[in-house]
Amino acid sequence: MKRRKYEELFFRVLMVLATVFVAGSFFLIVGTIFYKGAPYMTLDMITKTPGGGFYIGKEGGILNAIIGSIYVAGGATVLGLLISIPVAIYINMYMGGKTFLANTLRMAFDVLFGIPSIVYGAFGFLIMVYFGLRASLLGGIIAVTLLVIPILVRTLDEVIRTVPFELRDAALSLGATRWETAKVVLRQIRPGIFTAILLSFGRAIGDVASVLFTAGFSDNIPTSLHEPAATLPLAIFFQLSSPVEEVQGRGYASALVLTIIVLIITVLSEIFIRNFFKHKI
Amino acid sequence: MDNKSLIGVQQLNVHIGNQHILKDINIDIPDKKVTSIIGPSGCGKTTLLKTFNRLLDNSADVKITGEVLVDGENIYAQGAEVTHIRQKMGLLSQRPYPLPMSIYDNVAYGPRIHGIRKKHDLDELVEKQLKATGLWEEVKDRLHASATRLSIGQQQRLCLARGLAVGPEIILGDESTSALDPVSTHIIEDLFVQLKEKYTIVLVTHILRQAARVSDNIIFIYMGKIVEMGPTHEVLHNPKEELTKQYVKGFIT
Repeated sequence: MKRRKYEELFFRVLMVLATVFVAGSFFLIVGTIFYKGAPYMTLDMITKTPGGGFYIGKEGGILNAIIGSIYVAGGATVLGLLISIPVAIYINMYMGGKTFLANTLRMAFDVLFGIPSIVYGAFGFLIMVYFGLRASLLGGIIAVTLLVIPILVRTLDEVIRTVPFELRDAALSLGATRWETAKVVLRQIRPGIFTAILLSFGRAIGDVASVLFTAGFSDNIPTSLHEPAATLPLAIFFQLSSPVEEVQGRGYASALVLTIIVLIITVLSEIFIRNFFKHKI
Repeated sequence: MDNKSLIGVQQLNVHIGNQHILKDINIDIPDKKVTSIIGPSGCGKTTLLKTFNRLLDNSADVKITGEVLVDGENIYAQGAEVTHIRQKMGLLSQRPYPLPMSIYDNVAYGPRIHGIRKKHDLDELVEKQLKATGLWEEVKDRLHASATRLSIGQQQRLCLARGLAVGPEIILGDESTSALDPVSTHIIEDLFVQLKEKYTIVLVTHILRQAARVSDNIIFIYMGKIVEMGPTHEVLHNPKEELTKQYVKGFIT
């Protein structure tokens, strides 16, 4: 009897410790960024591009990287969505949804989902070399699109599968074609599509390896797809590797900006997911 | 039944996976009457109903042999235009599934995909079908509100109006009242009785009292086979087969 009690206590303590460790690391990470970055968090940081001598501690901001990241992540999400919606519709509404081929495709996307982003970066780089592109906004968008397609396809796939079959039958029995039925389904899952967009954008904006070779870096805000574009993760990397204290601090401030953007996106998608499942029939 | 009926089934066999769901089905559904298909759960009655508008097409592993004739046309023949066949039938499922759009657009959806674009024509059609299902007075002031705001009984009538709007000749009901309260059930049953003036109605039901209330004819299916069919009164009160007697016993006592 006693042994069982000790066993219960032992594992309970273990679980509490593990939970405290995980929760503690979260606050430690966010806390560190905040503590180190907040003093350097000025309005200039988010409203100005780097001025002359920015990287040795003179004035300027990281607007170039903020805008660059939004361009890359936004462009990739839009492009990814244009490719992923047809794929998800095709798997579920034309291939029968549960057939061997459909499940094989799902597995393929799961594998792609797990591939490290540096591989997408390298692959994107190969494509760019093949087409003779230099590191540019376009190159970054292509590489990050490859990265987010599996996320988008699998999220949309899950969402489409929550639509009751009877709704499709209802549209079909009115004489709708499959594509017309698909449009009804897309309408039904609008909140789900929005969730997929946010998830993809959140992943795209924080990824460094895929833009490392492909997007390049620039102190200016890109004005065309062929110009190189700065991104937040790379801006953080460059500033943190500087020996100048001022620049390092700004690196933390940049990390703070990125964290806040990702945090907002996460919270928003959480709200959308909740609403989506609440209104489901 | 010498004259050609709207729906005729000949030597229909349906396999799903390695299960033989429907076995040698031969029936003629009488025109402008209500025909109820009854039988225990899993006997194949819903499957039979779905073969009438080819809704099984999208399920995996389904094998269908035999013929289903609608208007004399075998709907399983090669080259049969499935959207055209489905347009001839309105389906009312177990629970109402309004399309994710407004009340007006739900009814106008079918006519729109079949090419009616003029607002005036659509307005007329929507009003006519909402009146036919007794919904007009209840919703005429909020036609552009979302259909999901309606009560479940109203939603089911909206689904019926939506089906009628494509101009079908046949109404298929798949346990259409099973999710409804007694009052809404009564309204839907009354509608079926009214609508048989213009439409041929086939209902699947497991409620014998409902079959008795609304139908002219009954088809009793057991384990994928037709055991008995005939006029409602005959089948319920004077069944010829032992299986039918067993099944309707609960109804008579």
